[in-house]
Amino acid sequence: MSRRITLGPVNRVEGELEVQLELQQGKIEAAYIKSTLYRGFENLLTGKDPLDALAITPRVCGICSVSQSVASARAIADLAGASMPANGERVTNIILATEVVADLLTHFYLFFLPDFASPAYRGRPWYDEAARRFTAVKGERYGGLLKARAELLHIMGVLAGKWPHSMVFQPGGVTNNVSLSEQLKLQGILSGFRNYLEAVLFGDRLETIAGLDSVELLQQWRESRSGSAADLPLWLSISDDLALHQAGAGYNRFLAFPAYSLAGNRIYPGGVWLDGQIQSLDTASINEHLGSAWLEGDIQHPAEGSTRPLADKAEAYTWCKAPRYQQLPMETGSLARQLLAGDPLAGSLINDGGSQVHSRILMRLIEMAKLVIQMERWVRKINPKEPFCLPVELPSQGQGVGLTEAARGSLGHWLSVENGVISNYQLIAPTSWNFSPRDNNAVPGPLEFALQGIDYESPTGQLRMQHVIRSFDPCMVCTVH
Amino acid sequence: MNQPRTNLLWLQSGGCGGCTMSLLGAEQPTLFEALDAFGIELLWHASLSGGQGPGLAELIEQIEAGELKLDLLCIEGAVMTGPGGTGLFHVLAGTDTPMMAVIERLAKRAGHVIAVGSCSAFGGINRSNNNPAEAIGLQYIGEQPGGLLGSDYRSDMALPVVNVSGCPAHPDWILQSLQALSQGMLDQTELDEYQRPRFYTEHLAHHGCPRNEFYEYKASAEQPCQSGCLMENLGCQATQAHADCNIRLWNGGGSCPKAGYACINCTAPEFEEPGHPFGETPKLAGVPVGLPTDMPKAWFIALSSLSKAATPKRLKVNATSETVKIVPNIYKKRR
Repeated sequence: MSRRITLGPVNRVEGELEVQLELQQGKIEAAYIKSTLYRGFENLLTGKDPLDALAITPRVCGICSVSQSVASARAIADLAGASMPANGERVTNIILATEVVADLLTHFYLFFLPDFASPAYRGRPWYDEAARRFTAVKGERYGGLLKARAELLHIMGVLAGKWPHSMVFQPGGVTNNVSLSEQLKLQGILSGFRNYLEAVLFGDRLETIAGLDSVELLQQWRESRSGSAADLPLWLSISDDLALHQAGAGYNRFLAFPAYSLAGNRIYPGGVWLDGQIQSLDTASINEHLGSAWLEGDIQHPAEGSTRPLADKAEAYTWCKAPRYQQLPMETGSLARQLLAGDPLAGSLINDGGSQVHSRILMRLIEMAKLVIQMERWVRKINPKEPFCLPVELPSQGQGVGLTEAARGSLGHWLSVENGVISNYQLIAPTSWNFSPRDNNAVPGPLEFALQGIDYESPTGQLRMQHVIRSFDPCMVCTVH
Repeated sequence: MNQPRTNLLWLQSGGCGGCTMSLLGAEQPTLFEALDAFGIELLWHASLSGGQGPGLAELIEQIEAGELKLDLLCIEGAVMTGPGGTGLFHVLAGTDTPMMAVIERLAKRAGHVIAVGSCSAFGGINRSNNNPAEAIGLQYIGEQPGGLLGSDYRSDMALPVVNVSGCPAHPDWILQSLQALSQGMLDQTELDEYQRPRFYTEHLAHHGCPRNEFYEYKASAEQPCQSGCLMENLGCQATQAHADCNIRLWNGGGSCPKAGYACINCTAPEFEEPGHPFGETPKLAGVPVGLPTDMPKAWFIALSSLSKAATPKRLKVNATSETVKIVPNIYKKRR
């Protein structure tokens, strides 16, 4: 027996999401992911001064606003052939990492965990504890979480002026000259946040968490933590009990863009994972399929892309384009980023079962530990006596590409300038990759693929579907931009 | 505090979710502490709801049928009326109904309607470049009264839409508005000409600016990253922007000018189209076109030429340098 159902709006995701399912004997046979909001941000940029992109593009997304700014500043720098001083890179990296960590933390606690407090799980050995800690809004964890998150974001107050929608980012650096006093303040903020993560989330030192380099070592660590009051050990038990490593398997093809540059090196080098191997990234292999989107056009490289709405296009079902790499759907996010940066645990997880709810979520948590350690180093290295920004002359025509990593994965901006103004601007956001619709070859996007096979009509089937959706941490406002 | 519960429904439309993100950064109290302390019951917020209660469609039905009271209706994001007025640019997920119709119906039942952020207040950033998605505010289209609900609209509690503008809105602006409305402490006299709560718009963003000494002497930065005043060359509109950013401060102590970049007057309608690049100050005969609010032009010119002539060397030098090159003199007691 088959039937078709429509779900939405899906809550605890960023923005407007609708899911259509085709069920066969209660199992999901096909899923269609629909973004039901169109804003057309790219069209707001044409004809503007190129530097105006630094005011407009952060407003694509209030969740990964800094990532948008960083990509935009980088695209303008690429256009101008500009580089920034080491202080500019450090401050950019610290602000970006602050946003990424805040997003990862917010997602885990506010969006992902409340599902495990659902009464449908009553009777599981961990249920009472999960309900006590993670019930939406009322759970015991949320008071401390909002406080810790707000205090982490004090880094934005010091460095970015405010969050979201800061204009501190420039192609030649940052507009803010960090004083010794501010540098010391940043150390204080980070030490407080480290304490929170170590006490509440991990129950261990960040260095220990970042050093868990295999599935076996993780298992040993978990056993050594039985009885811990921290949330990672509890979540590992939940994940084990619910077999989340068997939920929402992906294509196991990954994409990451280079991010966090310092003196010509990238902490995250980026790349692609195809056929079980790391390959270097070639942005010429990226294009967007428009067949399923209410947009005019066929297949476009973003440098020549367009965004022209066509609300009555019959064969379309979403406002989201379908980005592809070598015409293939790719998964992006923490797991991809860590795998392509050579993180041993990410490699071990891929060998042990590939991309699924467990590995996606786990790598997001591990990444938080790694990033906070990295942020402490960057802060220590700021030199208040050296410049934070260099002047940049913009050419009156040319093209630029700005790549970076947002919390949810790879973000790219493609900019063209003619006669001193923007002639075309296109961006591809992380969730556009993960939540893309079917492409022009009718191949489903990564989430559409990952939802197939879920036993939707089993007692916890709907929740399982939600775990899979949220394991990608969708940001729909970015997706449709 | 023990009070009757105040129901709150929060919908997002043509926006970026940034006002919610900003709100989640509230401190003393945090968002959840504030809801608890002021007796506000969150019926629905897409990012925060647990999913164990009724879904949004069901809640809307109950409100429309008069079975559930709706005290506070918060709208974040512009109303998307395109293409061609159909509203198809934002159809509420899971339904075939354009969001603009949903908002209109709920507004008829709401005790108060709160436009959270400049998008829902005035249309916001979506309206730049001739507004391709036909975005409008709840009771304004840019500076023009009207919008989705019309300028005559009044909520059940006889107030127009309360415009908590800003891009994003400061968490305190949002929370204090909700706190005041839920206790009947915000009436028409507390709103300004654009229906924004006066508690934050009766100040200028310039008030408390840490670069004020440079402003006084018109000792101006010429490049981003320099320490001087940002008004003369780098597009800063803080002397015209109605907001208390430099008094209240953001994220524990920040503000736009404090971090070295211009105030773009994001609490105002039509901030999205300043008519010049955001980071440049347009000038006529060397004088900035946008003068401080309430300042006669002749006086501004006279005062600035006088103050420029009187600028101490310390400020002149520091204004165009990244760091403090000359520190203030230390005066010692005469012995």
